[in-house]
Amino acid sequence: MFTYYFDLALRSLKRNKVLTALMVLAIAVGIGASMTTLTVMHLLSGDPLPGRSGHIYYPQVDATPAGYTKGGPLDMLDYRSAVDLWSARRADRQALIAGSDVKVSAPGSNQPPVMRPMLATTADFFPMFDVPFRYGSSWTTADDAARARVAVISASLNDRLFGGRNSVGRTLHLKDSDVRIVGVLDAWRPSPLFYDVRGGRFAQGQTAGFYGKPEDVFMPFFGALEVNAGNFWQFTCWGKVTTPGRLQNQPCVWVGLWVQLESASRAADYRAFIASYAREQKALGRFAETRVRMMHLMQWLDFNHVVPSDVKLQTWLAFAFLAICLFNTIGLLLAKFLRRGGEIGVRRALGASRRAVFAQCLVEAGVVGLVGGIGGWLLTLAGLWLVRRQPVEYADMAHLDLGMFGVTFALAIAASLLAGVLPALRASRVTPALQLKTL
Amino acid sequence: MDILPILSTLRRHKLTAGLLVMQIALTCAIVCNAVFLIGQRLQRMDLPSGVAEHELLQIQVADVVKSGNPYARVQEDLALLRQVPGVQSVAFSNQVPFGGSSSNGNVLLDPNQPQRTLNATTYFGQNLVPTMGVQMVAGRDLQDDDFVDVDTALKGLKTGDTKSLPHVTLITRDMAERLWPGQNPLGRLIYLTPTVGLRVVGVMASLVRPNAYDANTAQYTMVIPLRMGADRGMSYVIRARPQDRASVLAAALAALRKADPQRIVTTQRSFDEVRRHFFRDDRAMAGILVGVIAALLVVTALGIVGLASFWVAQRRRTIGVRRALGATRSDVLHYFQTENFLLATIGIGLGMVLAYGINLFLMQHYELPRLPAIYFPVGAVALWLIGQVAVLGPALRAAAVPPVVATRAG
Repeated sequence: MFTYYFDLALRSLKRNKVLTALMVLAIAVGIGASMTTLTVMHLLSGDPLPGRSGHIYYPQVDATPAGYTKGGPLDMLDYRSAVDLWSARRADRQALIAGSDVKVSAPGSNQPPVMRPMLATTADFFPMFDVPFRYGSSWTTADDAARARVAVISASLNDRLFGGRNSVGRTLHLKDSDVRIVGVLDAWRPSPLFYDVRGGRFAQGQTAGFYGKPEDVFMPFFGALEVNAGNFWQFTCWGKVTTPGRLQNQPCVWVGLWVQLESASRAADYRAFIASYAREQKALGRFAETRVRMMHLMQWLDFNHVVPSDVKLQTWLAFAFLAICLFNTIGLLLAKFLRRGGEIGVRRALGASRRAVFAQCLVEAGVVGLVGGIGGWLLTLAGLWLVRRQPVEYADMAHLDLGMFGVTFALAIAASLLAGVLPALRASRVTPALQLKTL
Repeated sequence: MDILPILSTLRRHKLTAGLLVMQIALTCAIVCNAVFLIGQRLQRMDLPSGVAEHELLQIQVADVVKSGNPYARVQEDLALLRQVPGVQSVAFSNQVPFGGSSSNGNVLLDPNQPQRTLNATTYFGQNLVPTMGVQMVAGRDLQDDDFVDVDTALKGLKTGDTKSLPHVTLITRDMAERLWPGQNPLGRLIYLTPTVGLRVVGVMASLVRPNAYDANTAQYTMVIPLRMGADRGMSYVIRARPQDRASVLAAALAALRKADPQRIVTTQRSFDEVRRHFFRDDRAMAGILVGVIAALLVVTALGIVGLASFWVAQRRRTIGVRRALGATRSDVLHYFQTENFLLATIGIGLGMVLAYGINLFLMQHYELPRLPAIYFPVGAVALWLIGQVAVLGPALRAAAVPPVVATRAG
């Protein structure tokens, strides 16, 4: 039966090519626009650590003076609190992070020195975030303690300095120090760059920067503070900074702490631990507030409004656009079906049930959706090509994956069936006698 | 033109007419809001900087070799740059207008107040006002004896020796007006911390923040007399005639590289590029919105063409009868044009209400202002025009229907 309806649909669509082309075009344009923005939304609002993000937490305490902040703690930690919490080792895994730009060169390489972002972190960072290695491996916790002069570098820096060859054991010149390369990362592009997300609620929706590339150099935290002293970035300071970029004893928050807690009870224990730490510090007079906050990764991303407001606006626009295209298609389908009143009347008179007429009309709408879906898919590819040419950080990641490819056709057919319901209902209610009389 | 017969015909095609009206309404609502959004973006991209943008160049240097006195190194570089042919003036600054990253301070009017009065950006560096072409509206520019070395000031902060801190500042007119509305700001004190008081000695017409995301606070700017040594992230700001800029930039870079081949230049651009880069998202968004409006109008026009063609085909016989009874071609043409005008008008009316609703939603979620009434006629005129253009083809086809059709069966 379906093949018969399919055949009928094709015949009918061929009969009025202009109307068919208009409907296909409307569906294609609507689907193209909404799938382009939906793909970008999917890319930007996805889970950067599927399967483990629920176990990753960002604990925060508040070292600012009384009345300095209104809401909860600031987005990063002061050095002492961060190191205290990290050294307590109450979590299953824990990593400190602090950012800076460092001057990088390779001895013996003829490349001029460059400034590259460096992440000062601790050994747990790599296993906790499932970071892939191409050569070598992470450093050890012993290296953290020993302030070892070792480093892990990104694939792109390895390509630039060492032509992509295995550079484990080679020396890297960072600012004025030599460090030994122990690992080279494989391609790694989390979206967003979740561990560096902070301050998003002050960014007024301009959060495209959260989707940048990971740092090019990773170094053991305490070693890095010595190697690149004077260059570390603060999140913010509540007093005057007397040694900029060397922030260990400054009134600044600039260190992040990420922890992995395998179960809900472990998380509850950790919450209690940071709360008791804050109370203890207040008793010591170092804290004015006992406020703490600990969100898991996805909560933290949400709290920071990671998806840029422009992208959300574009998505709204695209779906409003799809709605207009649907109204268009409904109108055209209605016109098409009602024009065939005579033919439908004959079929009904020959014994076709209303359901059969309804089904046949829906199949015709579905065929329009399928063809429109192909057009929509091509337009989505074109749309994503345009997105890739935009000057935004996530541009290079805008590609249609298999899932979204499927969604394109599902959405196209669903949209056209939705558009087809009303016209098909009207068509199935055609009175055979009246139509036959006018034939 | 008699519209009653049109209305009675439309009443018999409620569903199709209703769909067309809905489509016009939605399109009208979105076009109104999209045009408004474009206007907002363009307005933002026009944010004044207060500096002579077409005459300025920025060279940002990252890491200068540590040897020697960093202050002397800056003076050497400045001397070198001044000798580059075409250079009119050179300054050394911690940040540049629309440069993105900004140094900020919390401003207090009373050293003991717990909450800041406002947050202002702080420019440091000598010779900034004349080089950037900032207009002074009151008081004086900073003078050489106002300036303090950054390291001396930091030491002073540590030891509490307020003598080694800067004592004066320039502020913008907007900031003065916000701090002391309607009063003379010259000679008044503001505090960056309870111990650092700065006396306002000059008022600038305008100098924008490096991170001017919010137009309301974009002009809260101070220039503080701090002399900086060669350090990371600082910029040389060079002024030259607009037509000389390309050659001056190349020559300046060559001079800097020659003086120290180890130096890393992280940014080298004209201020036109600085502005273009800062507003790139807004430009992209405005482009997307223009595309959306165009696509929407095309889709709606095609929908009108489709439905109008259908109606013409459906009413072929009726048209023939009317023609046989004496209606002229132009009567038939006008009939379809008026019908479209009516539908468009109903759609536009609904669309206005919808546009207002969408604007309320955007105001809630995107901190947009209320849609000014001026944007409503924009959508209305656009849709009336589109409707008339779209219906013209089918209406002409209808007008071409010969009266003889009336005599045929079927």
